[in-house]
Amino acid sequence: MTAARLLAMAALHDGNYATACPFYGAERRGAPVVSYVRIDSHPIRIYSQIRNPDLIVVLDQSVMQSVDVLHGLKTGGKILINSTHKKDFFGYVTSYVDLTGIALRENLVVAGNPILNTPVIGALAGTGIVSADSAKSAIRSMFSDERNIRAAEAAYHEVRV
Amino acid sequence: MKKIVTGNKAVAEAVRVAKPDIVAAYPITPQTEIVETIADYVANGQLASQYIAVESEHSAMAACIGAGIAGGRTFTATSSQGLLYMHEMTNWAAGARLPIVMANVNRSLAPGWNLWAEHTDALQERDTGWLQVYVSTVQEAYDTILMAFRIAEHNDVLLPLMVNLDGFTLSHIMQPLDTVEPGDFIPPIHLPETIDPKNPRGYGTIAGPADYFRFRWEIERSMRDAVRVIEETQAVFSQRFGRSYGLTEEYRCSDADVVVIALGTLGKEAEVAVDILREEGINAGSLRLRWFRPFPELDLAGKDVVVIDRDYSFGFGGVLAHSIRSKNMVNVFSVIAGLGGQEVTYDDIAGFIRNRRIGEEYWFGVNGHV
Repeated sequence: MTAARLLAMAALHDGNYATACPFYGAERRGAPVVSYVRIDSHPIRIYSQIRNPDLIVVLDQSVMQSVDVLHGLKTGGKILINSTHKKDFFGYVTSYVDLTGIALRENLVVAGNPILNTPVIGALAGTGIVSADSAKSAIRSMFSDERNIRAAEAAYHEVRV
Repeated sequence: MKKIVTGNKAVAEAVRVAKPDIVAAYPITPQTEIVETIADYVANGQLASQYIAVESEHSAMAACIGAGIAGGRTFTATSSQGLLYMHEMTNWAAGARLPIVMANVNRSLAPGWNLWAEHTDALQERDTGWLQVYVSTVQEAYDTILMAFRIAEHNDVLLPLMVNLDGFTLSHIMQPLDTVEPGDFIPPIHLPETIDPKNPRGYGTIAGPADYFRFRWEIERSMRDAVRVIEETQAVFSQRFGRSYGLTEEYRCSDADVVVIALGTLGKEAEVAVDILREEGINAGSLRLRWFRPFPELDLAGKDVVVIDRDYSFGFGGVLAHSIRSKNMVNVFSVIAGLGGQEVTYDDIAGFIRNRRIGEEYWFGVNGHV
């Protein structure tokens, strides 16, 4: 949810419109959660869920064992995956970056869990979804701790296609 | 500067700058974030209101009524079961002519327990004497709360006003919000017959058969006057802050052969369906009803009408379809869709319009395909 909000804010800083939509079910810590972001140069009038995304971000690979996360991804669509090494998914353009490693390196850890919400925005900027400046100002508008910026910068530079 | 916030946060932010004297509320999903945020504003000094944490929604409305009689500006928020629990007091608020502003986050009614969007909660309040408006974006939620205080407290209205936003679909979605400094757009509240300890009077006393109907007529007269006050207020808002709102929001309607009518976010998504149909050569338009009470005059002459109801009156039909039919003497294709948060996409809405059967009722997902 936080990552979706940050991405929407970064898109807004880029001069675009954005809607971030968390999907609410029976959440509990550790359960798979989904949130969506729509970005457009025009005001967004759609409220129904995204069925055919252009890009899917996977923050935790283990979820792929239980959920078909790529379901509905457009042909030729993009995948950004939190991984230490390259992964290939037939028909899609896959980028990878070790978000967990970056969060641990920057000591961006809360209650024992590495925080991926801010580095992932840097990685998204690295793939060109939003600009690097907008990603930074979005993060600064929500978090004052500079570790978030450092982690986002690291992810921006380390993301690989 | 614009920020990205939820519909709930936008409502709370508007309440903060509207500066009510009293906020009395009880939390209920999906509204809780509104009163939680307002409670934070009061606790950290950003809002100099008295926040009354009551033990029920019935008491929330009763507290607003008491504060209103004392001359205060009042706000509360609720949803679904909470609104139903207030029902006795919502009637009282209107009868006592108190301009209470309430945000209702539309949610289905139990059982079964379902926290998602539906309009039946608010539509069950339609005969209480409250003004009702339904919004479709985070920005519109914010702007409409600001206008609500000015409209409700206007001397020609003096009726309570309910601002409705779809549960989760709007309450929890995040969109850009541009905030304003309302200044004298919301003038200080001056209610005519407030409690004065030096001049004791009775409130809520008997009105016998010789008088009671006059009070009822006064409510209706103000409801009719409210149309003008709403239009004036929306015009002033547009001049001051640059965003325009009508009694309805019409999209590609003027030359349309078929018009789809809905409330809230479905009414906004319908615009996308209209664009798809126009590409196919179908002259469709969408008319989103913003104000439901007072009910606006609509010009539907010569057009096919498709009405989407996210509500139902059992043994009769969709509340909105019924209202459109009887107010405009038109036959409609009545679609019942989106109950309890049922997913309805712009493609689905395009299908309703494309395959309309005027005079019939269709339950989306129940009667097979249109």
